[in-house]
Amino acid sequence: MSAALAEAPPETRVHYLNANYGIKSWLLTTDHKRIALLYLASITLMFFVGGAMAVMMRIHLIDPAGALVHPDTYNKLFTMHGVMMIFFFLIPSIPAVLGNFLVPIMVGAKDLAFPRINLLSWYIFIIGASLTLYAMVSGGVDTGWTFYTPYSTTYANSQVMATALGVFVSGFSSILTGLNFIVTIHKMRAPGLTWFRMPLFLWAIYATSIIQVLGTPVVAIAIFLIGLERLFHVGIFDPAVGGDPILFQHLFWFYSHPAVYIMILPGMGVISEIITCFSRKKIFGYHFVAFSSMAIAVISFLVWGHHMFVTGMSVYAALIFSVLSFLVAIPSAIKVFNWTATLYQGSISYEAPMLYALGFIGLFTMGGLTGLFLASLATDVHLNGTYFIVAHFHYIMVGGAVMAYLGGIHFWWPKISGRMFPDTWARLAAAIVFIGFNLTFFPQFMLGYLGMPRRYATYPAEFQVLNVMSSAGASILGLGYMIPLIYLFWSIRYGPVAPANPWRAKGLEWQTSSPPPTQNFEVPPVVTEEAYAYGPPGSGREGAHD
Amino acid sequence: MLIQGAKSGLLAALQTSPGIPIFPPRASTIAGGVDQLHYFLTVLTLFFTFVIFTIIFYFMIRYRRRSEDEQPPETVTLMPLEITWTLIPTLICVVVFAWSASLYFRNANPPNAATEIIVIGKQWMWHIQHQEGVREINELHVPVGVPIKLTMTSQDVIHDFFIPAFRVKRDATPGRYSSLWFQATKTGTFHFFCAQYCGEGHAAMIGWVHVMTPDDYAAWLAGTNRGETMTQAGERLFHQYGCVTCHVADGTGRGPSLVGQFGKPQKLRDGQSLTVDEAFLRRAITQPNSMPIPNYAPVMPTFQGQLNEEQILQLIAYVKSLGGEERKAKGQ
Repeated sequence: MSAALAEAPPETRVHYLNANYGIKSWLLTTDHKRIALLYLASITLMFFVGGAMAVMMRIHLIDPAGALVHPDTYNKLFTMHGVMMIFFFLIPSIPAVLGNFLVPIMVGAKDLAFPRINLLSWYIFIIGASLTLYAMVSGGVDTGWTFYTPYSTTYANSQVMATALGVFVSGFSSILTGLNFIVTIHKMRAPGLTWFRMPLFLWAIYATSIIQVLGTPVVAIAIFLIGLERLFHVGIFDPAVGGDPILFQHLFWFYSHPAVYIMILPGMGVISEIITCFSRKKIFGYHFVAFSSMAIAVISFLVWGHHMFVTGMSVYAALIFSVLSFLVAIPSAIKVFNWTATLYQGSISYEAPMLYALGFIGLFTMGGLTGLFLASLATDVHLNGTYFIVAHFHYIMVGGAVMAYLGGIHFWWPKISGRMFPDTWARLAAAIVFIGFNLTFFPQFMLGYLGMPRRYATYPAEFQVLNVMSSAGASILGLGYMIPLIYLFWSIRYGPVAPANPWRAKGLEWQTSSPPPTQNFEVPPVVTEEAYAYGPPGSGREGAHD
Repeated sequence: MLIQGAKSGLLAALQTSPGIPIFPPRASTIAGGVDQLHYFLTVLTLFFTFVIFTIIFYFMIRYRRRSEDEQPPETVTLMPLEITWTLIPTLICVVVFAWSASLYFRNANPPNAATEIIVIGKQWMWHIQHQEGVREINELHVPVGVPIKLTMTSQDVIHDFFIPAFRVKRDATPGRYSSLWFQATKTGTFHFFCAQYCGEGHAAMIGWVHVMTPDDYAAWLAGTNRGETMTQAGERLFHQYGCVTCHVADGTGRGPSLVGQFGKPQKLRDGQSLTVDEAFLRRAITQPNSMPIPNYAPVMPTFQGQLNEEQILQLIAYVKSLGGEERKAKGQ
């Protein structure tokens, strides 16, 4: 790669952003990088819609009697917040934005295996998102994002069908994206890029894709059955005609627990990239980190019952699900230890992506350890359905997945946009997000143990102090999320021009120019070293003896 | 040994804890055990979070980049280290699992002598009925020191009966019976909540458990204007709905006699054998055709929709009163 070419200002060089112009060149593109940006714009919108609902909920809960809205509206707010954030932000976030942008470049290919299917998956996503947004503006839905029967099938008088259809449709987008990644990673790796030379981001995306392809059809079936039940009263979940409402929970969580890993595994991949880059060290225990992703993908399919310990499940089934739930914690612990050990004797710098990554490790550690409370049968009985659950999964999904997503967006922003973001602002935002997050969600652990149930529009006065703390934190957190939105937009026009490799990172994506040309590489790359060969020159090269 | 030590230390800390609103009231026999485990897990979480944070901060400072050109040494993967930090979390998980599972297992079954109280959830209130016939809404009066078994169901959607002070919770699901049990250890008034989202009035499905001394409880029962007991109401329904015309006590009717049947095994035509329990009787009343019995024609009509959940439970109480083996308490 000629340095002169790579360092040329983006205006004078043809790259994927300026290769052609006009709305059609975006809406009909099959370039994975442009599709990634389409996803970025769509899910950012969904994130702020879902976030606005969270802010309204937290304002409402300042007062035990409810400060803002009618209970019915509150129920719709938490339902739509959950649906937006899970199905239309977290699940597509890292895979569909960063994965779409990076998977082909990281494997050294020109595009994904099926570029048109990739574009199709975005259109399917947009149809699903539009249906859900339509459901929101035409009255909203109040079933909870979990759609529990028989409430969702027989009793709810809100836009259940439109929302369910939106979620159902968006599932196909997720399946197609996963399929595309699996095929790309299997078949399109550059010469020399063996499985165990792949960046851990690819391993994480690969594990995620497997869950997407295998799990999503099950939730699609479950949601399809809800539609059938609402339209034709077939009685699968209706006890009055011999159906079983608990069956829905089994089907739903069979997908929705692995879905937690769809959200967090790609984040773990991002963290592996960032930690190694900003400590200039090869990852500690590459194989352990890679295989732990695969172990999580497999075990995650066997733990769904821990959402149902208080449904009246048999004691023996509960014991099995409990032990498997403990088991799934171990690969996560292995990752945390390996990331920490990677820092040892490193050359560590603290640009914004690294701050997000370190924040991720801390918050994910807490989120993971509080999961043990819920895998434990005796404590789960008390904590199930309370704010403890809310706090726990927000530590994983916001403290974990969103921190990783933001870290990844910052890390690859120079590559994506060709511009540097203002690092001082970015560090400030990372700190505000970290503080706001903890202030919002830590009190909720305490609320949960005190016994405050989740999804309560009003609550007894003794819970008020902790609720006010949480609401105060939410306002800080909201501010923290607004700042990057502003300066990243600003940087597109005014940011300094990014060099090809501003962080001196390893990995194929840093060997091409910023932003990359449409075909990603001027010359098809050949891989001659392991991932993260940050060590002394030559030490990571194994081509000679391998 | 280590766990025992940790347990007793935690218990001591628990007892001296001042009035900071971190723990809900501890008012049942199992609450102490759950709190010990919770304490242990909290300490574990804080310890590991502290260790990870400390190491990260130490490395961040110790190995901060001092110049752009510095060259960190090659990462060496140490197998013994990997094995150590795989085994330690595994061991911790095994210990916590064993601890929590044994606690759960021990408390899964109500004692045989438990007093049964009926709880029916409906949008958006809790109907409670004592065997003596007293009905309550969103209030539950119980005597202290007596094991209480709540038999629960729902008239509509899934609800969940949650008493934080007792550390117990169980779904009330339409079409099936679930049970939870507790034994209160102190008198007082404690919140109960609906902990499964059930619609607009979910947050209003709150009530109070009143734990009374046995004398006060007896006086309360006596002083409350009650009609029939559950058994009497069941007997009335048994006649009113014509059950009695087929289920004749001496066994000469078109249906089997129900005398002495409760708790006994019953063979179905397809060969399977079921215990005559609450769930069996409920199904027999609402979906009789789903369980034909040998030697009897399947002629019983369904009473689905004609009887509400409370009436079905009253009929079951009546059938129980006709004798039979006291069912061995089973885990749900």
